[in-house]
Amino acid sequence: MGMQSIGRPTTPVSALPGGGETISGSKGLQQREDLIFEVGSPDKTGVDLPTPKGRKSRLGGVTRAQDTGLPGLSEPEAVRHYMRLSQKNYAIDLGLFPLGSCTMKHNPRLNEKAARMPGFADVHPMQPQRTVQGALELIDELATWLKTLTGMPAVAMSPKAGAHGELCGMLAIRQALIARGEGDTRKRVLVPASAHGTNPATAIQCGFVVDEIKADARGRVDIADLKSKLEATDDIAGIMLTNPNTCGLFETDIKEIADLIHAAGGYFYCDGANFNAIVGRVRPGDLGVDAMHINLHKTFSTPHGGGGPGSGPTVLSEALAPYAPVPYVVKDEDGFRLIEHIEGEASEAFGRMIAFHGQMGMFVRALTYMLSHGADGLKQVAEDAVLNANYVQARLKSVMTPAFEGYCMHEALFSDAFTADGIETIDIAKALIDEGYHPMTMYFPLVVHGAMLIEPTETESKQELDRFCDALAGVATRAADGDEAMKGAPYFAPMKRLDETQAARKPVLKWAPPAPEAIAAE
Amino acid sequence: MRYLPLTPEDRAAMLNTIGAASVDDFYEDVPQSARLDGQIKGLPDHQGELAVERHMARLAAKNTTASDGPFFVGAGAYKHHVPASVDMIIQRSEFLTTYTPYQPEIAQGTLQTLFEFQTQVAAMTAMDVANASMYDGSTACAEAAVMACRVTRRKKVVLSGGLHPHYAEATRLLCEAQGIEVVQLAPAIDGELELASNVDDATACVIGQSPNVFGTVTDLSPVADAAHEKKALLVSVFTEAVSLGLVTPPGEMGADIAVGEGQSIGNPLTFGGPYVGLFACTQKLVRQMPGRLCGETVDADGARGFVLTLSTREQHIRRDKATSNICTNSGLCALAFTAHMTLLGGKGLKQLAELNHEAACDLADALDEVPGVNILTPRFFNEFAFETPVDAEAVLAMLDERGILGGVRISRMLPEGGMGNVIIAAATECTTQDDIAAYAAALKEVI
Repeated sequence: MGMQSIGRPTTPVSALPGGGETISGSKGLQQREDLIFEVGSPDKTGVDLPTPKGRKSRLGGVTRAQDTGLPGLSEPEAVRHYMRLSQKNYAIDLGLFPLGSCTMKHNPRLNEKAARMPGFADVHPMQPQRTVQGALELIDELATWLKTLTGMPAVAMSPKAGAHGELCGMLAIRQALIARGEGDTRKRVLVPASAHGTNPATAIQCGFVVDEIKADARGRVDIADLKSKLEATDDIAGIMLTNPNTCGLFETDIKEIADLIHAAGGYFYCDGANFNAIVGRVRPGDLGVDAMHINLHKTFSTPHGGGGPGSGPTVLSEALAPYAPVPYVVKDEDGFRLIEHIEGEASEAFGRMIAFHGQMGMFVRALTYMLSHGADGLKQVAEDAVLNANYVQARLKSVMTPAFEGYCMHEALFSDAFTADGIETIDIAKALIDEGYHPMTMYFPLVVHGAMLIEPTETESKQELDRFCDALAGVATRAADGDEAMKGAPYFAPMKRLDETQAARKPVLKWAPPAPEAIAAE
Repeated sequence: MRYLPLTPEDRAAMLNTIGAASVDDFYEDVPQSARLDGQIKGLPDHQGELAVERHMARLAAKNTTASDGPFFVGAGAYKHHVPASVDMIIQRSEFLTTYTPYQPEIAQGTLQTLFEFQTQVAAMTAMDVANASMYDGSTACAEAAVMACRVTRRKKVVLSGGLHPHYAEATRLLCEAQGIEVVQLAPAIDGELELASNVDDATACVIGQSPNVFGTVTDLSPVADAAHEKKALLVSVFTEAVSLGLVTPPGEMGADIAVGEGQSIGNPLTFGGPYVGLFACTQKLVRQMPGRLCGETVDADGARGFVLTLSTREQHIRRDKATSNICTNSGLCALAFTAHMTLLGGKGLKQLAELNHEAACDLADALDEVPGVNILTPRFFNEFAFETPVDAEAVLAMLDERGILGGVRISRMLPEGGMGNVIIAAATECTTQDDIAAYAAALKEVI
């Protein structure tokens, strides 16, 4: 019994008073938190700055007419605001985060500590190169790790996320075709139906046209469909293929696919989103890959941060390496230096993708992670990730419907065939929230009906996996039994299901002060 | 292996449950010739925290930091003070280790901060709406150019001579890949208004910058008028978000799209990234925007909540018809931005902007006293270009020897620009009077 209740024992109450509503709007540890515009004041600020001297302006009259009107909060108010909001979020640090294709693994705190060393965090990208030798060395060292792990000869470090890495790889292919004099004639990019949406979107951004190839009954590329497309056309620029693919399967015929594409005069872009399954065990360079982005925020544990920042270094084959974007780091007798312009040794570079040198903060975290694991540990990472996924598949296959037969790689894919009429994948996902878990990836890949893609990652213990499987098996059984209550889930989350249709129909994308009549009515 | 919870006994038990003999069974689909024998060669084995931390510290120690001495480097990234609470907030696990908020019932923390971020960016830029961020200012600029082409169904963009050269290069790359013509006006310190006479009936947009890469602030209203007369758009760019506290913002100049770099607020320099691209536009263009958008709605009980919305613009729904291939935004950097802005408020932002401007004015006064120095930027916020009789690279190297990082030479960004003796110097609230005096004294020695 705690100090506060001595002599005043609490009395259990069986029913919630007032239908579960409270006066404050908070519910125990779930604190209500309004928008900063409703709690702050434009007259307030939470920073103590010196008073300006009021000297004569040199802005030449190019000055702001209207104040922003934005509210400020004192530090205690601001800290409390974000703490209360944080408690409405699910996170890896709270529990298993089984989003397939997203690789939500533990984010080591040493990575964060290293990224905050002033020698990395407080360095400007345009300082003289003599003063940033450690930063350039770090980029070079990370590049060496990436090239060695992938068996590829070159890597472009500047892409800022996975999709940006796709853009890098496809722009390199475009430039290679231009150099061959085939930039205008080879425009067709083959993309499997199971691909991430970024793949076709990227191809279009690079001026290509997209041609979809079918999946076969085993969840792999339909080789017959691929061959017929290659035979029917002579304008192939390349293929964009995820491996292991979005069904969580290794593309068995990948070398044959690479050979076919190369024979047809095209290039092989591999989406490396699922590299976590094979890192340290298989080198994409041995599979005939010409370009592949690596999501440092997936395989190499940099935090997802609620949607970025990511980082997407892109490894390139001998054929594409000359076209790598500027800037990049080279080493010579004087140390490390940056190649920043399309000239000299970089005269064939396809261009510049970003203002500076890439996601340095993510580079520091990824290298810290690589050094921690080493070559031996990274191999164990892949093996444990694949073992955990197969364990989940094995534990759930009696109550859910595996999309394909056989072992999976790092993620287990199920269809909704086991559910009763009226219960959909989204209901399973939302019921899982009530069990204390973030849902799996839903309705992706598109080639599987009502897809549920589960990627536990290697940083889950067997006990956690068992708890998760017990919970999901129970939810799946309710779905098979047609439990209508699932349609209302989640019941225990900070919010009930949200109306996304209303949000899209009449978008409210920023806060506006209440209309005067509304204030008058209160 | 401290990040791997499975024990050998766990692994054996799990293999038994699965019915596999070893993990090798799971890799049976890998072509025989691509299977590695043992671990990858040429890389070290795992190390403990202490060893790794020492390795990283050794690399970090080889860099000069922006706090080691007088520091005047800007040109697209700026040294500002970030309140301690901002870094504490972004290290909160629930923000740091969560995913894009696809499940709004358990992501209201991220979503509400994005809604607040969008509101702040819209107010600061004086635009109708802002998205949930882009990778950085340069990619936001490139996306704005291709968005303008979608909106106008035209295929030509015109870049000012004061647009940051790296932004211009990133924009040209994306445009040319899509068959969009890019017209680049000649480098000009005070030439933003020349855009007005370079817009025709084929132009999708003109892209101007204020403050521009030379630090010049310009009221782009005449450019907006000229563009609108030809049914083209004005894209207004900034690389220094703190300037929005004092300088005429894009919305007050008639911009259709405003893009910029948000690093200055809440985010450290980190050698160029990760940063946070800001992207705002007028209400009528909102459905052509790239990137994530957060919108207000209600839940099943009628309570206010937030969701990602208008996703029919996006790649995961629209695939090859999407407005962009962007997937991730710069979530945690946007959180740092919004947390810092929440502390500042409009009042603090204005005061911060005034301090920056005064520091730059003091710096300009001091350098102007140095014989041979010619200040070139006519109207500026917190950075300006100046010329000396000596090659800028040599000047900066000699300043570096004296412990001063004196700025960025134009020739590093524009080797062909014919401005070999021109340096861009920035001052912020971090710049002290001693720093300024040291700079002037050292410059007097070296030129």
